[in-house]
Amino acid sequence: MTTFSVPIDNGDSMKIAEEESQRTLYPYVTGTSIVAIKYKDGVLMASDMGGSYGSTLRYKNIERVKAIGKHSLLGASGEISDFQEILRYLDELTLNDNMWDDGNSLGPKEIHNYLTRVMYNRRNKFNPLWNTLVLGGVKNGKSYLGMVSMIGVSFEDDHVATGFGNHLARPILRDEWHADLSFEDGVKLLEKCMRVLLYRDRSAINKLQIAKITEEGVTVSQPYSLKTYWEFSSFHNPTAGAAGSW
Amino acid sequence: MSQSTVDVPPKGGFSFDLCKRNDMLTQKGLKAPSFLKTGTTIVGLIFKDGVILGADTRATEGPIVADKNCEKIHYMAPNIYCCGAGTAADTEAVTDMVSSQLRLHRYQTGRDSRVITALTLLKKHLFSYQGHVSAALVLGGVDITGPHLHTIYPHGSTDTLPFATMGSGSLAAMSVFEAKYKEGLTRDEGIKLVAESICSGIFNDLGSGSNVDICVITKGNKEYLRNYMEPNPRTYVSSKGYSFTKKTEVLLLH
Repeated sequence: MTTFSVPIDNGDSMKIAEEESQRTLYPYVTGTSIVAIKYKDGVLMASDMGGSYGSTLRYKNIERVKAIGKHSLLGASGEISDFQEILRYLDELTLNDNMWDDGNSLGPKEIHNYLTRVMYNRRNKFNPLWNTLVLGGVKNGKSYLGMVSMIGVSFEDDHVATGFGNHLARPILRDEWHADLSFEDGVKLLEKCMRVLLYRDRSAINKLQIAKITEEGVTVSQPYSLKTYWEFSSFHNPTAGAAGSW
Repeated sequence: MSQSTVDVPPKGGFSFDLCKRNDMLTQKGLKAPSFLKTGTTIVGLIFKDGVILGADTRATEGPIVADKNCEKIHYMAPNIYCCGAGTAADTEAVTDMVSSQLRLHRYQTGRDSRVITALTLLKKHLFSYQGHVSAALVLGGVDITGPHLHTIYPHGSTDTLPFATMGSGSLAAMSVFEAKYKEGLTRDEGIKLVAESICSGIFNDLGSGSNVDICVITKGNKEYLRNYMEPNPRTYVSSKGYSFTKKTEVLLLH
């Protein structure tokens, strides 16, 4: 008889009677937006490497995009510890799947579905994993890009963004994304979005990674920074013509 | 112990008594009436020869669109215009008031109004009301000292910027500006960029919609382009009209 180990939280339902201090109430160490697009050969996902502790920029070397199995990329914004927990769950999942040893491997669609179930069930128990996850991948030539939020809202799309990216990156992606982008154009588009986020999101830092997934596999770039422009004449002399004002 | 209430004349300044009363009522469970807000995308940018202001035209009352084609670019002076976001009554009243004050000032000084005059009058008024006058403004104009563009927040703080956005659609519009703005734009490039950013607000923000209004101010000249772009036309009008067959009405006699 084979058993699957599926992580379920029994502890909480018993404790609700006593006290409610075992639930996630607020996030502590958080990652900001993730922006991802489908392109010609697969999926591109960009994120910065910052982990904020409230309003302190505590960690500057957090990889928020990880490869899952052979076919998927998972990016997360929100609570970093919950992201690490999710990676452990997915580790168990892929390990158990490997043990079948039948040549099949979990594709992005399956992982997305699994994550949706996990997130929704946790939300129903009032103990959410405080993340918005972006799942991208390629299997059998078909690219897949989807998103799951901490309340279990899940959908697929050609381009997704989480957190502040919803407000700042989505308008740019809706305007400028088109099918069959080349790798260079895709990276340029993502960098455009990440630059606006760097200017206007207080928790963004100028150290980002872009991850690529194609039929061949996953590549995560080395961390690099974007060039920014601060030479507007208004910035040099903001009170020209209005001496004494600010 | 008897308590005699004496009506003390107000010492001047804003009286916060009603604010305390409103807070007490909401704590007791009274739902405050919703205001006509201009959920909104307003923008301004400085180009080679002056200032271009832009705004959408949707006014909302909670989830309902109250006015599909309102005017959010208000006249302040022949060379100064102001876009307003926030509570419609507040933006209307405050821009009207300062516009009148500017006119009286012009008569008194015999000179054209300056943008910082409008700025100072607006910020003084808004600060004295401690944010209760919910008006967020983008003020732009060209005066003797050159083109100026300012943002004014409801609590009375101001910024001087080369490009600015306010309102619920400000992030969508700002993402367009941050990606595409450069100095020394020509008039056509500037208008195109402003229209693009307002459209970004119209299509990506639920509080903004309908049409694009634009106002171009240069030295000695202004152009108010009302409904410069109408990207949300009514596309389907039934050719059959709305006539019902004769027997549709049923008369109940009791």
